[in-house]
Amino acid sequence: MNLAQQFETLSELARSGQVLPFWQDIFVKFYQAFLYEDRWLQYIEGVGTTLLVTAMALAIGVVLGSVVALVRVGHDQQKPHHRNPLLGLVNGVLEVYVTVIRGTPMMVQLLIMSMVIFASSRDYTMVGALTLGINSGAYVSEIIRGGLMAVDPGQMEAGRSLGLNYITTMLLIIIPQAIRSILPSLGNEFIILLKDTSLITVIGGKELLYAAQGVMNRTYEAMFPLLGTAAIYLVLVMIFSWLLGKLERRLAQSDRR
Amino acid sequence: MIVVKGLQKQFGALPVLRGVDLEIQKGDCVVLVGPSGCGKSTFLRCLNRLEEPDGGQVFFNGEEVTDKDIDRVRQKMGMVFQHFNLFPHLTVKRNITLAPVRLGLLTQEQADAKAMELLQRIGLADKADVYPNMLSGGQKQRIAIVRALAMDPEVLLFDEPTSALDPEMVGEVLELMRELARGGMTMVCVTHEMGFAREVANRIIFIDEGVVKVDKPPKEFFANPENERLKAFLSKVL
Ligand SMILES: Nc1ncnc2c1ncn2[C@@H]1O[C@H](COP(=O)(O)OP(=O)(O)OP(=O)(O)O)[C@@H](O)[C@H]1O
Ligand SMILES: [Mg+2]
Repeated sequence: MNLAQQFETLSELARSGQVLPFWQDIFVKFYQAFLYEDRWLQYIEGVGTTLLVTAMALAIGVVLGSVVALVRVGHDQQKPHHRNPLLGLVNGVLEVYVTVIRGTPMMVQLLIMSMVIFASSRDYTMVGALTLGINSGAYVSEIIRGGLMAVDPGQMEAGRSLGLNYITTMLLIIIPQAIRSILPSLGNEFIILLKDTSLITVIGGKELLYAAQGVMNRTYEAMFPLLGTAAIYLVLVMIFSWLLGKLERRLAQSDRR
Repeated sequence: MIVVKGLQKQFGALPVLRGVDLEIQKGDCVVLVGPSGCGKSTFLRCLNRLEEPDGGQVFFNGEEVTDKDIDRVRQKMGMVFQHFNLFPHLTVKRNITLAPVRLGLLTQEQADAKAMELLQRIGLADKADVYPNMLSGGQKQRIAIVRALAMDPEVLLFDEPTSALDPEMVGEVLELMRELARGGMTMVCVTHEMGFAREVANRIIFIDEGVVKVDKPPKEFFANPENERLKAFLSKVL
């Protein structure tokens, strides 16, 4: 007797009101959660969306964070008597952005984006990715700013003393050195984002947890879908942490040259 | 070549330079001395505007140095730092060629050839492709000097170029500086190396209380220091 037939027989019994022995009960619930009607495909699809949303949010976060960090560092490094008013204005706006994003819960930001700003949009997954990206940008900007400011000020002076202008010195001398300290923190940000994508379920984003909830709603059984989801996240995080560790060791090695 | 008029600089409430007047001629090798914290570094950094003066003027080849054309001035006014400030992520050769190539003064090939020629001159041609952290302090500083030389500067500013070096490496850096001075390079050096000052400089300048107190050729400078503060200073360093 194969698994499918066994499942049919046992679930028939259960429906007729019979109490199943422990292991048979577990089997039925497990089968329902992952195998019945090929439900595992829904989880896989969910993982795909989760990774896609993570990647998009990180991309938005890095672009946004870089711009914010460069403007803010550029603003701070102006000479006291020659502050550019436009740069000052943009810097002020960006400071508000960072403060607001870091000072409010991600969940509230998601709800505001989906129910107020993009109230008419049906593409909840994309709204979720965008929100996560905007959120991440604030944190990434602080990571990058820290990395840029950690470079020895003598490097900027050496570049400028050779006649290179501010932007060229930034691009060729400061940023390449800052990247070494920024990359590991960006890796951490990626892992945080990976886990935070589960939040977009509340606005209807169709990622992994959403798939699990779909199964739960049909089977009235929470344990296996949720434990399965947790296990999948754990495996993903472990894989990426391992990859990041490898990257960090690489960087450390090239530092020693 | 460089004319400084009434240069003033203060940090917050602390006045450091209170009106420095100085003229530096082409071919001069000027050594600046003075008690710690008297503003020697600040003065040097005001010349190429790494520090912005609060008052007074700096003229370079007859033109006032302002923020507007500062990058052009700096190409001709090289600077050597106490802590070398080599670019750690670039090889020695790239350290030397980066600025001249970027600024369109030389093609990469020309710059490479020039870098190799300069490295040969200081006996470090074999280090062209290594990264700075493989070098000793003395080698780093000599390469920092070569990096400045690759721009073909008209004047070089040195801010305590040997202060961060182990004693046995001071000599090689001073030797290179001596060669440059003999070759007619205009130099302004802040240094505590009185032997170097006595032997190589044609003028020694004592800065104290924010102004130039003494400006004399080395012989007179050391022989009869009539200024009381200079006497006290010399008794400490000699
Ligand atoms: N960026 C700065 N901010 C505030 N104070 C400063 C700054 N740079 C220098 N100073 C102060 O200005 C004074 C002069 O400093 P400067 O470095 O020019 O002295 P110096 O003659 O080079 O001394 P040393 O022989 O120790 O190098 C010192 O009292 C120093 O503390
Ligand atoms: Mg100093």
